[in-house]
Amino acid sequence: MENFILTVAASLALAGAVVEGQNKSPSADAPATVSGDAQRGETLYQRRCGACHSIDQNRIGPKHQNTFGSKAGAVEGFAYSKALKELDVVWNEATLDEWLQNPGAMAPGTRMGFRLTDEQERADIIAYLRQVSEASAAETE
Amino acid sequence: MLNENDQSKTWPTRRGVIGKGATATLSVAGLSVLSGGALAMASRKSADENPSNDVGLINTALSLEHEGIAAYQIAAESGLLDNGILQVGVLFQSHHKQHRDELIRAVRTLGGSPVEAKPLNEYANALGADKLKSQADILQLAIGLELGAANAYLGVIPSLADHEYGHLFARLAADEAMHWTALKGAVAESLPESALYFG
Repeated sequence: MENFILTVAASLALAGAVVEGQNKSPSADAPATVSGDAQRGETLYQRRCGACHSIDQNRIGPKHQNTFGSKAGAVEGFAYSKALKELDVVWNEATLDEWLQNPGAMAPGTRMGFRLTDEQERADIIAYLRQVSEASAAETE
Repeated sequence: MLNENDQSKTWPTRRGVIGKGATATLSVAGLSVLSGGALAMASRKSADENPSNDVGLINTALSLEHEGIAAYQIAAESGLLDNGILQVGVLFQSHHKQHRDELIRAVRTLGGSPVEAKPLNEYANALGADKLKSQADILQLAIGLELGAANAYLGVIPSLADHEYGHLFARLAADEAMHWTALKGAVAESLPESALYFG
């Protein structure tokens, strides 16, 4: 028991010795009407989406270079589930917000189960995805 | 930014990294004991009773573990890691292999077919391995992947129909958080100021 207490105390001391100053949740000061911040969204995208997605590479999930304005399930070279192939939506603020809240409710059978419950984080990530898509479209014009 | 020419002063030894991570390891072990130890797979619902979507979600997690195993393999074969960091990477890769095996078992229990790993070069392309020029680059990639994996597991838990799999995903997330914490220590970066950082 004494060893356990010492271990916990040492652990707390170690954790308390070093703190990071830039990790406050953006939702802490979220306004009543949520508007997205693309810069914050870029950081959140790496944290929340980066395990499976990249902007320019198909990985576990499809790449997000041209998500905005695209039909669901349309990224070339990615093997979608039947649920996504049959999902008849075009990605915009509203559809992405619904998707990120609960993908399984929007497309039952999808292999993506990740839910983003924080409204501000969703808005920030969606703003970032819009910025990325617009930049990509501008490059190809 | 860390100075690669001063690695002897900056990079910890394997013993040092594992030592820093030891409290996290103990915590994970403690949580495991408190929550009942080994997974109670015997109580699993049959494939007919369980919504098939759990299979798909678990297979997605399996894809994540395949990529994690590949990432550590790419790192190990890069020739950029000093021996201490390499040994830690090998340890973490072994954890991901154990995760893979648990997920394969879960998919099969539900009557599904586990997704297979892709060739290593496909993961290398997808992860931008050609841009990894130093040990610091590799560690930052690993930190990002471990953080993403912890968040991915936690974010999927509400979508799982079977709470036993929710428990499994929570344990997997704890391992990823353990890796992230140790890697942050290896690059001498500070820990989050706020609680509830993951998820």
